[in-house]
Amino acid sequence: MSLVMIGLEIHAQITALNSKLFCSCRGNYRELGPNTNICEICCGLPGSLPVINQKAIEYSAMTSLALGCKVPDKIMFYRKNYFYPDLPKNFQITQYNVYGYSSIGVDGIYELDDAKQIRISRIQLEEDPGRIAYSEGSMNVRNSVLLDYNRAGVALIEIVTEPDFTSPKEVRQFLNKLSLTLEHIDVCDTLLEGSVRCDVNVSMEGGNKVEIKNINSFREVEKAINYEIARQSSLYSRNLKIELETRHWDDRKKITFKSRSKEEEHDYRYFPEPDIPIIVLGNDFVSNLKKRMPDLPNQRFECFVSKYKLSEHTSNILINDKKLADFFEATLKVHFSPTEIANFLITDFKSLIEDDSESTDYLKNLKVKPEHIAELVKLIEGNKISRITAKDILVKIFESGMLPSEVMNNTNSYKIADEKTLMDAVQSVFDKEKSAVEDAKTNSEAINFLLGKVMKFTNGRADPKIAMRIINNKLHNPDK
Amino acid sequence: MSNLHDLLAYEVVAGINGGLFSAEEYVNSILKRIEDVESKLHSFITLDSEGALSAAKKIDRKIKEKEDTGELAGITVGIKDNISTKNIRTTCASKILEDYVPSYDATVIKHLKKNGAIILGKLNLDEFGMGSTTEYSRYQPTHNPWNLDYVPGGSSGGSGAAVAARECTVSLGSDTGGSIRCPASFCSVVGLKPTYGRVSRYGLISYANSLEQIGPICRSVRDLVMMVNIISGKDEMDNTSIPSSPITLNNKLGKLNVAIIKELITGSDHEVSRTIYSASEKFKEIGCTCDEISIKNLHYALPSYYTLASAEASSNLARYDNIRYGFDLPVEEYKWDTYFSKVRENFGEEVKRRILIGSYVLSSGYYSKYYLKARRLRSLLRLELLTLFKKYDLLIGPTMPIPPFKFGEKIDDPIKMYLVDINTVIANLAGIPAISLPVGFSNGLPIGLQIMAAPFEEQKLIDASYDLENSINIQRRTNAI
Repeated sequence: MSLVMIGLEIHAQITALNSKLFCSCRGNYRELGPNTNICEICCGLPGSLPVINQKAIEYSAMTSLALGCKVPDKIMFYRKNYFYPDLPKNFQITQYNVYGYSSIGVDGIYELDDAKQIRISRIQLEEDPGRIAYSEGSMNVRNSVLLDYNRAGVALIEIVTEPDFTSPKEVRQFLNKLSLTLEHIDVCDTLLEGSVRCDVNVSMEGGNKVEIKNINSFREVEKAINYEIARQSSLYSRNLKIELETRHWDDRKKITFKSRSKEEEHDYRYFPEPDIPIIVLGNDFVSNLKKRMPDLPNQRFECFVSKYKLSEHTSNILINDKKLADFFEATLKVHFSPTEIANFLITDFKSLIEDDSESTDYLKNLKVKPEHIAELVKLIEGNKISRITAKDILVKIFESGMLPSEVMNNTNSYKIADEKTLMDAVQSVFDKEKSAVEDAKTNSEAINFLLGKVMKFTNGRADPKIAMRIINNKLHNPDK
Repeated sequence: MSNLHDLLAYEVVAGINGGLFSAEEYVNSILKRIEDVESKLHSFITLDSEGALSAAKKIDRKIKEKEDTGELAGITVGIKDNISTKNIRTTCASKILEDYVPSYDATVIKHLKKNGAIILGKLNLDEFGMGSTTEYSRYQPTHNPWNLDYVPGGSSGGSGAAVAARECTVSLGSDTGGSIRCPASFCSVVGLKPTYGRVSRYGLISYANSLEQIGPICRSVRDLVMMVNIISGKDEMDNTSIPSSPITLNNKLGKLNVAIIKELITGSDHEVSRTIYSASEKFKEIGCTCDEISIKNLHYALPSYYTLASAEASSNLARYDNIRYGFDLPVEEYKWDTYFSKVRENFGEEVKRRILIGSYVLSSGYYSKYYLKARRLRSLLRLELLTLFKKYDLLIGPTMPIPPFKFGEKIDDPIKMYLVDINTVIANLAGIPAISLPVGFSNGLPIGLQIMAAPFEEQKLIDASYDLENSINIQRRTNAI
């Protein structure tokens, strides 16, 4: 393939915040009636002033540190002036580094898993605009559209990379790693609809840069880039000029198309926001933040492997699902048995929740708590229940939220270790499976078959070790 | 007893609390006065008689039940119509906000209400505060109560005229480049532009955020102190507000070092400079030293001011697109961008001029040449003034270089109009407090003395003004209406 240079501009909402960037309206605007999450500040009513959310500064600084950026001693906000109906003040409060560094993060290096380095030019904190609901067709051809300002003023982190990517695959690796990082430092729940967006610029053979806007999920980014590379290659091979332009991604048709407005000609007339004085972060800001900052995915991975002695495979599964990793560690606090708990979580537990729901917040409303899992694992370890029974009990806890021991007692599902009971069970199986019993005297596979039958007969509750001993005894000392 | 509407604020509070008259009687007297003179003055854009009367009754009830009525109980306050008042239309004297009714009170309004002050209505101004005469009001100009053929000054012209004409006890104005002090001077009342940050701007409809402050206009220094103390304070809703200590009235004026700014005297009308000199003699009489000094960077002040103010205005006024609030203009037949353009044609000439200038000085390629340079000159001037304040307690000069002028005299030439702001913009650029105090007349037209002090040294301004007010004997009440 010919030389490709790709740069990214990522917008991630700080979904961890309770309120918006400059007012006390809710940060989570989702599932609310249109224009019910608004106030004089986020609607830009005359006379209202922005009040900076201190937590947003901390979250964006954490993001900067996680992406290897420097966090300057002082930060500033700028106004980016442009007219658009979703922008209540017709300017966006953002950050800008052209007249000297003033954004929350600058000059970062972020390493992909294959050690390739991506330079992060800047990270800035800014406000999200409102949303335009198109009834049909685009805004330019319809008489009216609907405006919803619930999202206006939500805190956004903009991450801008240098054009250091040379393939869509690298971009995918980067975005996966970035998502995971944002999740683990508790800044952004990237699975929430619209919480992450990406603009991409692509140039080939040192030609003009084409910007692709409107890519509303990380999944679509790779597709958009592939399309754009194919489009530009085709132009290039026919000796046609690649225009310097802004294109949009149509995620229904899976194509990029030229945008109507000449966005590259915009003059945003940036100037310092007079209503927010320069913010001096102070000497201890970064060091204090580092102390409080949650572990990054790779730090956490190291910890899982070295401290909890989990396998790399198990650790990876947990780390790749941040909420599951949190659940795992919460369970450890109740009962420290990492291997048993991890195995239980990544197998039986995970398959249950994956069946159960597609919602991103699946662990939040779950009736099963770390305490349940801890108790369940204790019961397995104490030889009170079998693994098979444990899974059945888990299903019941999922439905009822009852404690495992309660379920166990209610359903009489504790493990059967009583010799007499088990001997009766073995006798019943021997009576039914006469030919298998004959086989088993010479064939060890048939012994396992008999054990399976005993387990089935006891609904999985038989202690397999004792049952096996009884079967062997009975086979070789039939008189006893 | 004289007419109730003639009383000063502290007399009103004492009278109502002491049972001499009820708040309702007082408000009725004020409303009667408005009825008598408003047709000649046009101070008000919106009068809320009903709201005022019901607030007065509430105070009377509280007094009857011996509840706390607040330090400003019963005084009527006229509010410049660029300060947001919940449920009272707030137009900025613009057609673009003709139908705009705020859903919230500005912080200063909350303070006033909490302390028993009665919001009487909304006062005229130049559209969005841009002007020095009220001639740029999109409704009608306000007339000077000392001579109806003359302008009352601006942009808080309604606030100056209403107080001078006793249509309200006191008023609030806003001052971006002199908009409180100019009408205070032209209407012979006291007006204070506080230190930047002393008073919350939350709810003040922004013209130039980095320059402006809300401040009171009153008929006495005592009233002014009451008002400043109530509206001052750190406000969580305004990142630029700063805590300050209250001002007291009975300080004995020490031996202060005062300096007259030479350039402001020489640039003034002869009668004005004569009056200011004689006021400065009073300073000497009360034991102050009085030097004459020069401000080196003074000639940068006006260009720097108009560059910065216009830049900020161009961005502040961008929000008026008539989508969320505004005036009646159907959307049919427009695309969104042509609709925006159509809406914004409804700005007045001066506002359009400043939006254009502001957009120009911020555009890429011109940012460093104009905007940044203006900021640097502003810092330079501020630094020079702060250095001067190490040596001098107060800097004085005329508030306005000329006495009030007639309608139409300067409206055709923007530069001529901008030039009358030369003395007042200094304090806004430097963020320092400045007061205008009536000190004399020229052919029956008022002349004001401007006193400036270092940031948060309002106490010195008040001490000096209070002494001067007592020692200068001038006519206090206009007979023209």
